[in-house]
Amino acid sequence: MFVPCERGGGSASSDFKGFTLLMPAVSVGNVGQLAVDLVISTLGMTKVGYFYTDCLVPMVGNNPYATAEENSMELSINAEVYSLPSKKLVVLQIRSPFIKNKYRPFCQTLLSWVKSSKCARVVVLSSSHAYQRDDEQLLGTPLRYLLTPDLEKAVGGLMQELKWKEMEKVAAYPGINETEKVLHIPGGGITKMLFTESCSKGIQMAVLLKFCSEGDNIPDAFVLVNYLNEWLQLIKSEVNASSQWKIPSSWRLLFGNGLPPALF
Amino acid sequence: MATFFGEVVVAPSRAGVDDEEETREETPEDREIRRELEKKREIDILWTWKSGSSAESSADQPFACSKFIVAIGRNAAAFLSSFILDSVCWEVVGVVKLWNEWCRTSSTTSVLPTDSFCLFYRLIADPTVLLCQCSCYVAEDQQFQWLEKVFGCMQKEGLQVTILSTCPVADYKTQESTLTLPSPFLKALKTKEFKEQVCCPLLEQPNIVRDLPAA
Repeated sequence: MFVPCERGGGSASSDFKGFTLLMPAVSVGNVGQLAVDLVISTLGMTKVGYFYTDCLVPMVGNNPYATAEENSMELSINAEVYSLPSKKLVVLQIRSPFIKNKYRPFCQTLLSWVKSSKCARVVVLSSSHAYQRDDEQLLGTPLRYLLTPDLEKAVGGLMQELKWKEMEKVAAYPGINETEKVLHIPGGGITKMLFTESCSKGIQMAVLLKFCSEGDNIPDAFVLVNYLNEWLQLIKSEVNASSQWKIPSSWRLLFGNGLPPALF
Repeated sequence: MATFFGEVVVAPSRAGVDDEEETREETPEDREIRRELEKKREIDILWTWKSGSSAESSADQPFACSKFIVAIGRNAAAFLSSFILDSVCWEVVGVVKLWNEWCRTSSTTSVLPTDSFCLFYRLIADPTVLLCQCSCYVAEDQQFQWLEKVFGCMQKEGLQVTILSTCPVADYKTQESTLTLPSPFLKALKTKEFKEQVCCPLLEQPNIVRDLPAA
């Protein structure tokens, strides 16, 4: 599945032992993916490979993080891996939706790659439909987290200190039986599947998600990436945190082209 | 979201299809239905080499190919028909048979320009030059299969692939309005292994290419 780039670094650039894998779920508002774009762009991460997979809709374009003419000509596809060894961080960016019936094969292949590359833990950035919140969730922070039991042991205490809110479970049969609770992440794409598979495979995984709706999700991405930063400390968090994240050049024209002057 | 007549409609999400049905466990009946659908959506490539070998694909040795030109979509296919292909220099060597909700192709090699088809041609003077005209739509779940089956038949050492395709000007993302843009215009994407001169400017961010050309 993972195809390393040919680079002078050789195998060193695809050695992820002990690294944290950061990845988005393709979810409502694409917030996870936007947040991952901010991380890759701000930290100037190097591409170390891609996923050769039939599970995602194909797409290709030129380098979405281009800053100048010289670096704008590298091709970029739908699932690519970036690395920053100084922070022991490896990032997977997913740029297109899943093909029908391919959620499970992708999750399984991804998690077995996580195990074989010996990543220490996985952090999934995701989102969930804001309109599905219950009365309590409508108040307070729209951010939630989830930890698999293996990661709970390691960082559960830190989450308490940060005063983060764990994602609430909902009744499996609302109105009929309120005692049986299940995890429900509407609009979260593969989030729930990845999380439950990781629980059963003993993988250390955290999910960080935000309740949001479709629209201009750039502010949601900033909120989510700052939430991530509270924990992982990827950049120095200062008072005006949002201004330190670098917006990639591919975010131009998200809402259409310029208007024809003849319209007026 | 409420429409004019008061019915509630689920707004489509940019994130794609909702996951709930994917997380449900498949029953044996579901699995059977899914397998039947997958079989119906399988792509078959029938090679019609004149060497006398059988018309089946991929089991044989990969054939030598130095240049592979693929025209995807009706416009690109028509371009090849009008300016490149003729019955003197090119011979038909293969056809793709597929079905999806948008089109069906057959295994016949004599087609009308208005049909949906996917044919392979070989330059008689240099049999390592291959050309593909694909005017049918290859669905997203079939694109990977098409790719693997077609390229699986070829030796990839020293292979140069050129993909011709068209997109509506309205889809082009630019600071100005596309109304004032002189069209048609050419843009290119190239891999870093492609060392020759490209005949037109490269595709700027944030534009992307989708579907079979992207695959």
